[in-house]
Amino acid sequence: MLKVRGLTKKYGDTEVVRGLDLSVRRGECFGLLGPNGAGKTTTLRLLLGLTEPDSGSIEIAGIAVPQQARAARMKVGIVPQMDNLDPDFSVRENLLAYGRYFGMSRAAVTARVPMLLDFAGLASKADAQITQLSGGMKRRLTLARALVHDPDILFLDEPTTGLDPQARHLIWQGLRRLIAEGKTIVLTTHFMDEAERLADRLAILDHGRMVVEGAPRALIEAHIEPAVVEVFGDGLANWTRTHAATLCLRHETVGETLFCYTGTPDSVIDALKRVPALRYIHRPSNLEDVFLKLTGRDLRD
Amino acid sequence: MIKHLRFPQLSWRFIPVWQRNYLVWKKLAIPSILGNLADPMLYMLGLGFGLGSLLPDVGGMPYLNFLAAGTVAYSTMNAATFEVLYSSFSRMHVQRTWDAILNAPMTLDDVMLGELTWATSKSLLSGVAILAVIWGLGLFGNFWMTLWIIPVVALVGFCFGGMGLVMNAVSPSYDFFLYYFTLVITPMVLLCGVFFPVSQLPPLLQSVSAWLPLSHAIDLARPLVVGRMPDSVALHVTALLIYGSLGYVIALALTRKRLLK
Repeated sequence: MLKVRGLTKKYGDTEVVRGLDLSVRRGECFGLLGPNGAGKTTTLRLLLGLTEPDSGSIEIAGIAVPQQARAARMKVGIVPQMDNLDPDFSVRENLLAYGRYFGMSRAAVTARVPMLLDFAGLASKADAQITQLSGGMKRRLTLARALVHDPDILFLDEPTTGLDPQARHLIWQGLRRLIAEGKTIVLTTHFMDEAERLADRLAILDHGRMVVEGAPRALIEAHIEPAVVEVFGDGLANWTRTHAATLCLRHETVGETLFCYTGTPDSVIDALKRVPALRYIHRPSNLEDVFLKLTGRDLRD
Repeated sequence: MIKHLRFPQLSWRFIPVWQRNYLVWKKLAIPSILGNLADPMLYMLGLGFGLGSLLPDVGGMPYLNFLAAGTVAYSTMNAATFEVLYSSFSRMHVQRTWDAILNAPMTLDDVMLGELTWATSKSLLSGVAILAVIWGLGLFGNFWMTLWIIPVVALVGFCFGGMGLVMNAVSPSYDFFLYYFTLVITPMVLLCGVFFPVSQLPPLLQSVSAWLPLSHAIDLARPLVVGRMPDSVALHVTALLIYGSLGYVIALALTRKRLLK
């Protein structure tokens, strides 16, 4: 459905995307992860033909981008990072106007509007103004708007950033429905749980390159020990010196917290129980551990 | 900018963009028309009757008639300019409406052609509203001749719409537009014969004035109000078309650089 080969993009002397290869199958949900500035949004802009690559090739549903970007965009629905619903229109009018941009007849869009409003859970808000909607409603409407022309593939750029947990779950529910209907989805996100929940496969980008690619579970198993015990509290430095090397398969201290990666968490916990001043959290390893291991813990601005 | 300069690819896909602006305007059509009309009308009637009563004939006609012809051109210019400056800037930069449209199978060429034709439509409306007042007050020579003013105001709208889009492309904020008004629009109003004949200016300023688009607009509009065919129609029409088209092409390159880098 989506094929990217050797994609590069430079802004001045900075290479934002460096030789990216991607391939997403029909019906798959593919996650693009990476710290700020990893090149995720630029990659999405390149995929849409909104900016021209310096080299490499892109194919969406067999259509070459940017050469035939217009034809390709007929197949693509987009949920951008920043809401850009039309504030001069009501909810329904937003959908009608967006359909016209795809060259749809009024009758064709009008026929789809009830279904789209229903999908977004906004049937009762059809005539509301955009300013009256909550953040979650706006996102859902943006998602519905992206579906106005019944695209085969959806690009979502951080679809749940800034939403409360209830609103995020509603968006996830909608996305799962779309996946079940066989839509192909490409999703960028900062939320590891979001990627773990939705993506069949994902790629972690850093500095414009792909660091790793695979199914979320497989990546966790390949890169991280099965369990993590996070330890913090008074006397941590001392405990780390005496116990960490023998009890943990791998450990690192970040700020005031020791991350102890282990296959046998019980023995770590037994040892910790003897030191009441230390507190701990025991959890299975997750995608965030993979992400931090591969992209480092430095702050990206 | 040179890198982004290319021949515009015009297509009928600009129509949904025009339609979007039209549908939004329609919601507030009456206040919008009144707002557009109030300012030029106050100037025209206030100065026309007030100052006009003190003056002999100006340019061979009563001052009110003289001013009415200038007002048609000048209010048309303003309507197009305000539209592509403030309103287009809101849609491009503040509301990100252009971004949303560009995610559909639309090019920047389509979006900006939609904005330009919309600005042209609005100035057509504004010009015709002034024309209606001219008809109502009987300030014209020959009614049939004044009908030619309708295509003229559309052309003037196109010209200033295209020019204004260049400012839209380079502006960081609304405040920036003041420069355009202070440095371009206001001097043009004073130099191009809206309020007094250009022949009253020193020769140097007269030759500057001859190059300004508003002069071409007024050279077309004033004779038509009086009731005769303008001189050098081809020259004036060509000049207005060139200013507008060049503006559109340059604005397109600058906006491409701004949005599609």
